[in-house]
Amino acid sequence: MKSASKFSWMTPVTTGLIGGVVALFLSLVGIVEASLGRYVITGILSMGQVFLLAVYAIFAVQAAQKATPEHGEKAPVYRTLACAAIAGLMISIVLALLVVVGEQIDLRGVFIHATPVLYDLLTFGLGVPQGIFVLLGFGLLMGILFGVLVLLPKALRKSIGVGLIAVPVLSVTYSALFAGRGLQLPVAIAVFVISAVAIFLWDRFEKPIRTRSQALPSGQQRTMRLGVWVLAGLFVLALPLLGSYPSEVLVITGIFVLMGLGLNIVVGYAGLLDLGYVAFFAIGAYVMAIFTSPEITWFPIHTSFWVALPFAVLTAMLAGAILGIPVLNMRGDYLAIVTLGFGEIIRLVALSDWLKPLIGGSNGITQIPKPTTFGLAFDNPQKLYYIVVIGCVIAAFIATRLKYSRLGRNWMAIREDEDVAQAMGIDLVRNKLLAFATGAALSGLAGAIFASKLTSIYPHSFNLLVSINVLAVIIVGGLGSIPGVIIGAVALVGLPELLREFAEYRLLVYGAVLVFMMLRRPEGLLPEARRKLELHEMSPDVAE
Amino acid sequence: MAILLSARDVTKRFGGLTAVNKLNVNIEENSIHSIIGPNGAGKTTFFNCVTGFYRHDEGTVLFKGEPLDGMQPDRITREGIARTYQNIRLFQNMTVIENVMVGFQSHLTSGWIGAVFHTRKQREEEKLAVEEARKMLGFVGLAGRGDWMSKNLPYGDQRRLEIGRALATSPDLLLLDEPAAGMNPAETADLMEFIKRLRAELGITILLIEHHMQVVMGISDLVTVMDFGEKIAEGTPREVQNDPHVIEAYLGRGATENGPA
Repeated sequence: MKSASKFSWMTPVTTGLIGGVVALFLSLVGIVEASLGRYVITGILSMGQVFLLAVYAIFAVQAAQKATPEHGEKAPVYRTLACAAIAGLMISIVLALLVVVGEQIDLRGVFIHATPVLYDLLTFGLGVPQGIFVLLGFGLLMGILFGVLVLLPKALRKSIGVGLIAVPVLSVTYSALFAGRGLQLPVAIAVFVISAVAIFLWDRFEKPIRTRSQALPSGQQRTMRLGVWVLAGLFVLALPLLGSYPSEVLVITGIFVLMGLGLNIVVGYAGLLDLGYVAFFAIGAYVMAIFTSPEITWFPIHTSFWVALPFAVLTAMLAGAILGIPVLNMRGDYLAIVTLGFGEIIRLVALSDWLKPLIGGSNGITQIPKPTTFGLAFDNPQKLYYIVVIGCVIAAFIATRLKYSRLGRNWMAIREDEDVAQAMGIDLVRNKLLAFATGAALSGLAGAIFASKLTSIYPHSFNLLVSINVLAVIIVGGLGSIPGVIIGAVALVGLPELLREFAEYRLLVYGAVLVFMMLRRPEGLLPEARRKLELHEMSPDVAE
Repeated sequence: MAILLSARDVTKRFGGLTAVNKLNVNIEENSIHSIIGPNGAGKTTFFNCVTGFYRHDEGTVLFKGEPLDGMQPDRITREGIARTYQNIRLFQNMTVIENVMVGFQSHLTSGWIGAVFHTRKQREEEKLAVEEARKMLGFVGLAGRGDWMSKNLPYGDQRRLEIGRALATSPDLLLLDEPAAGMNPAETADLMEFIKRLRAELGITILLIEHHMQVVMGISDLVTVMDFGEKIAEGTPREVQNDPHVIEAYLGRGATENGPA
């Protein structure tokens, strides 16, 4: 155990400097400038400013918390405030340096985003001498404010924190979905107050409600749980009411959920790191295209979406098993590299001149019809959304059932220790191939839906980045966790779709998010839960 | 008594090193048989050859009269040989009961279709698996711990769980690789009782690698001593204790001149 470490005034200085570097980075890389046009509070506060404020908030709070050293005595109030203020000031100093230097030397040769617009923002439009002082004063003020926040009682602190986060999140979502220009000031204040009060009340009454509901007879508990599920289901079904563009985003997110659920079986359950997952997505899409597009003359069956779908899934499944055979004896890094190669091979084959007469080479296949059922065409995103939802529900159902079965346990045993799993009588070949095939089938399903959504497919849609994205989704969500896949897809696919101006920063943000997750929450946002088996099912008659 | 396992001239080489050299061992049914020897004598390598994790270069291993050579480890487990490991190897991120259920899995048959559609057969099998696993937890003294994450178990319980998991495969022959390693005297005494119970209640034959002489001498019917990959002595605990070759292997040349230790 560490001995009570002593407090040093260098700690808030360092924390502040790190914050300053982060703020500097966000500014110079262009994230701040790119989001100046997106208002969080109409005419008052832009997204870019919110990013900088967030840096102040995060590092001032951290400095204030570090005022009390680990295993040390609780810091006096003045020290907490001073630490937060120092951190805020340090961030401002770094930004002020940028402005001072930038005014003298044109930095744009190296940093194209070091523009007068940025300097104007940082100096509050006041120009160099005055603006700098205002910036420094602002840093101090922000530091003290967030220092005060840390000193507040926990319930209050949490409410205010959630309220502060709710405003930009809600505002950005609203603006992105309905092409709005941010929330009006009174609305923003209302959002802040409502979410703060809601979270305050929830914290207050969560426990009594929970104990009360657990005290209910199990029949009523079941009804309650059913009710929650029905409400959640209705919510999911009602989402397309948001409109065409939001539904489009939902469809893309859903396709990634579908792929995530599949890859989760391969990587999350069985521990087989597959970086070529996009291959099966491509196979599903191409089979769908070949079966349905009138462009394909060598295979003139031109059938409907629903007839082609099982073939797409089965072909992908078969491909999964076949590609699984050569990698059966590989582990970890080797497996990752070889599967990565497979993914690229499939894309290059689709792109090749050799298959050009059959599948169009770089011109892809177009004129893929949209799905129709009994004359009803799923021709807009709102309707397609329901197909994706059905796919996701089926996939989640299969994934859950498999997880809590002999097969699921065998997969997890292989993930934990392959040699011991084999020594327990588990047939590695069979179980691994089943994992690959199941995962590939779901990816093929996603690919088939993707093809008929876009009505045209090109080899370049199936690049390595798709595999990486799906992997990031399940890692951020929580390896092995089914709700985690959904949360991960919403966070990493849905949100970036909404924030179009950040498209070029997408990979940067992915990297930052992954590093942060590995350091702070390696188990993911919604980690895998183990089902209780010993006591839970002890004697159903008594328990019920 | 019948011979359950018979190793004949088993040889395993790693490059230039002969880890096991023409080893001949017969394990009698329903016996407790120990293999002892200094570190690096080839004991664990021999275990790995028997369980199929290594392929031996020469010789043959007969189990119930049938050769096991070249079989995959999972097949050998299904034939009726189970093992534990020197450094405990549990499925750490699975619960205690799930570990045992993995051991039990070779008695189940339902697969993908059964799992997805919850067929009647699958449901019955699952129920059976949970019941059997619970019984096994009770047998190894882990009742009530079933829903713990296995990595959170105390050391002694992890040993028990590893044995329980091996027993769940319903073996005829159980290979224990240093089960008493890291145990205090009280735990060691418990373990000795437990191993005797295995034989008495389940009728299992036990082959044991162990350094704790108290355990070896206390429970073994027969002891095989290995050194540098070869068998240097075999007999009852008393015979082995007084064998000059054994004393030499453990204490070095010269020790014998001053009489048996």
